[in-house]
Amino acid sequence: MAITKAAPRDGDTHADAAAPAPDEEPRRLTSPLALTLLLLLLVLLQSPIRRALSAPVMQSWTTVFVAVVIQALPFLVLGVLLSAAIAVYVPPSFFARALPSRPALAVPVAGMAGAVLPGCECASVPVAGALVRRGVTPAAALAFLLSAPAINPIVLTATAVAFPRNPEMVLGRFVASLLVACAMGWLWQRVGRTDWMRPPAHAHHEGQTKGAAFWDSVRHDVMHAGGFLVVGAMAAATLKAVAPESWLRTAAGNPVVAVLALALLAVILSICSEADAFVAASLTQFSLTARLAFLVVGPMIDLKLFAMQAGTFGRAFALRFAPMTFVLAIASAVLTGAVLL
Amino acid sequence: MNRQSQAAVLFLLGAALLHAGTTDLYLRYVKAGLQPLLLASGAVLIVAALATAWYEWRRGRKGHGEAPDEGHGEKHSHPEPRISWLLVLPLLALILVAPPALGSYSATRTGTALQEPLAYPALPATDPLPLGLVDYAGRAVYDHGRTLEGRRVRLTGFIALDHDGTPYLVRMALNCCAADAQPVKVALTGAIPPVLQPDTWLTVTGTYTPRRTRDPVNNGPIPYLKITSAAPTPEPRDPYDESYNN
Repeated sequence: MAITKAAPRDGDTHADAAAPAPDEEPRRLTSPLALTLLLLLLVLLQSPIRRALSAPVMQSWTTVFVAVVIQALPFLVLGVLLSAAIAVYVPPSFFARALPSRPALAVPVAGMAGAVLPGCECASVPVAGALVRRGVTPAAALAFLLSAPAINPIVLTATAVAFPRNPEMVLGRFVASLLVACAMGWLWQRVGRTDWMRPPAHAHHEGQTKGAAFWDSVRHDVMHAGGFLVVGAMAAATLKAVAPESWLRTAAGNPVVAVLALALLAVILSICSEADAFVAASLTQFSLTARLAFLVVGPMIDLKLFAMQAGTFGRAFALRFAPMTFVLAIASAVLTGAVLL
Repeated sequence: MNRQSQAAVLFLLGAALLHAGTTDLYLRYVKAGLQPLLLASGAVLIVAALATAWYEWRRGRKGHGEAPDEGHGEKHSHPEPRISWLLVLPLLALILVAPPALGSYSATRTGTALQEPLAYPALPATDPLPLGLVDYAGRAVYDHGRTLEGRRVRLTGFIALDHDGTPYLVRMALNCCAADAQPVKVALTGAIPPVLQPDTWLTVTGTYTPRRTRDPVNNGPIPYLKITSAAPTPEPRDPYDESYNN
C-alpha cells in the first residue's frame, strides 16, 4: 500500500518540476493525470480511509474540518466575486476619488467602509488584496481588511442577540474593532515597508476580454485562498479536537490570564465572526472584558486568517502583521472594556 | 496544477457543495440558514470551472504556437499550484467519508453551554409534551421548572457518558457551523434504560425534578429529568439545536 500511495505524490512533484521548464517534452506525469490518479486512488482506498477515520477523535476532527471549510466557502466565493469585480470592472480612478488623498484620512474612511461588507473574515482577505492591486494605499486596505469582518451589521446584530442583557458589548465591539483597524492602518503607514508586502501577484489581464479576466481572477483566487483556507481549517480542527477545554476553568480566575486565554482561544478556534458572539456569550465564567477581547481578536487574526493572509500578501507580511494585530487588539479590547463595560 | 486540473477541482468542489446542499448532508456541518448560500456558491464554482475550461479551449484553438504563454502564466502565480492540491482534501472528506455530526466525544470534552432564555412562552396542552432539550433545560434551571410542574415532557437527544459513567441526554447547540457547536446536557434519573450506548439517539418521556448537578468541565448547571420511558429513535434530520438562531 505504501508503494501505491507514493505514486500521486511522485506525480505531484513531477508536475511541479515540469512547470518552470515548459519546453520539455510533456510526456511526464502532468497535473490532470496526477489529479485523476489521486482521485482514483482515493476512491479505491475509501474503505481503509474510512476505517482509519472511525476513531472518535478522528471523526470529530473530520467533522470540524469539513464544517469550517463548508461554512467558509460561500463567504470566500462572495469575496472572490467582489474582488474580481473590483479588479476588472472598477477603474483605479474610482478609488482615487472615493478615498481622501491623504493616507492618514483614508485609513479611518476605509475602516468605516468595512461596515458595508456583509460577511465574515474569509470574504475580506481577497477583497483587500484586490484593493491593493487597484492602487488603494495599503494602509487603508489593511484598515478595511481588519474592520470589515468585525463591524458589519450582520455581526453586530448577532452580537446584540447573543448578549441581550449587555447591549454595551455591541458598542464595545464596534469601538474596539474600529480602533484596532485604524491603529494598524496608521502604524503600517508609519513603519510599514513595501518590500514586506508581496504585491498580490496576479495573471496579467492585458489582451483578455473582460469576461475572461473576471473568471480568470475568480479561478485564481478560489484555488489560491481556498488552499490556504484548508490549511487553516486543518489547524483549527486539530486544536478543537485535541486541546482540552478544562484548562479554561483555571484561566478564568485571574483577570489578566483570562483576557490572554480568551484572545488565544479566538486565534485557535478560528470561528466565523458571525458566530463568535454566541460562543463568547457561553463562556460565562469569564469577565465581559475578556469576552470582548475574544470578539475583537477573532475576526482580525486567527489560524485560518493567518494562512490566508500569508497566501495573499506573502509570509514576510503575515509574520509581522499578525502578532502586531494580536497585541493591539488585546490592548484595544482592555482599554474599551475599562471605559465601557 | 495547470488550468485544466484547476477547472476539474473547481467543478468537483462546486458539485460537492451542491450535493451537500440539496441533501440533508449539510445539516451535519452548518446551520440550516446557510443552504441558499451553499447552493449559490456551488453554482458559481461550477460556472467558474466551465468558464475556465472554455477560455482554455479557446486559447488552445487560437494558436498552437502560444504554448510558451502557458508556462509564462504559471511562473507568475507562484505558490498557487502546490497549495491548491489541498482543496482535494475537503472533497475527499465530504464525498467519500461524510463524517457524522458531532457526538458524545465532543459533548463530554466540552462544558454545557446552557444560557438563560429571554422568556418562557406558554406551553401547549398536549400530553406528553414534545419539547426541545435546550428549551427544557432553560426552563428547568432558570425558571425553576415553573412552567414544567405536573407535565409529562418528551425530549430527543443522544447519549453521552461522563468519565465516571454518568449518562447525559445531550443536544449540540449550533450557531453557524460545527466548529462552534456546544453541548447542552440533561442528566437522567428514574427509569434509566439498563444499557446505554454513547451516541445512540433516544426519545425519553419524563417529568421535571428540581434536582440539579454541575458539569465537571465548566461547572455549568445541568438539570435532571425523571424518566418514565425511553425509546431509541433515528437521528433527527437536523441533529443540532439551532434555537439560538431564531
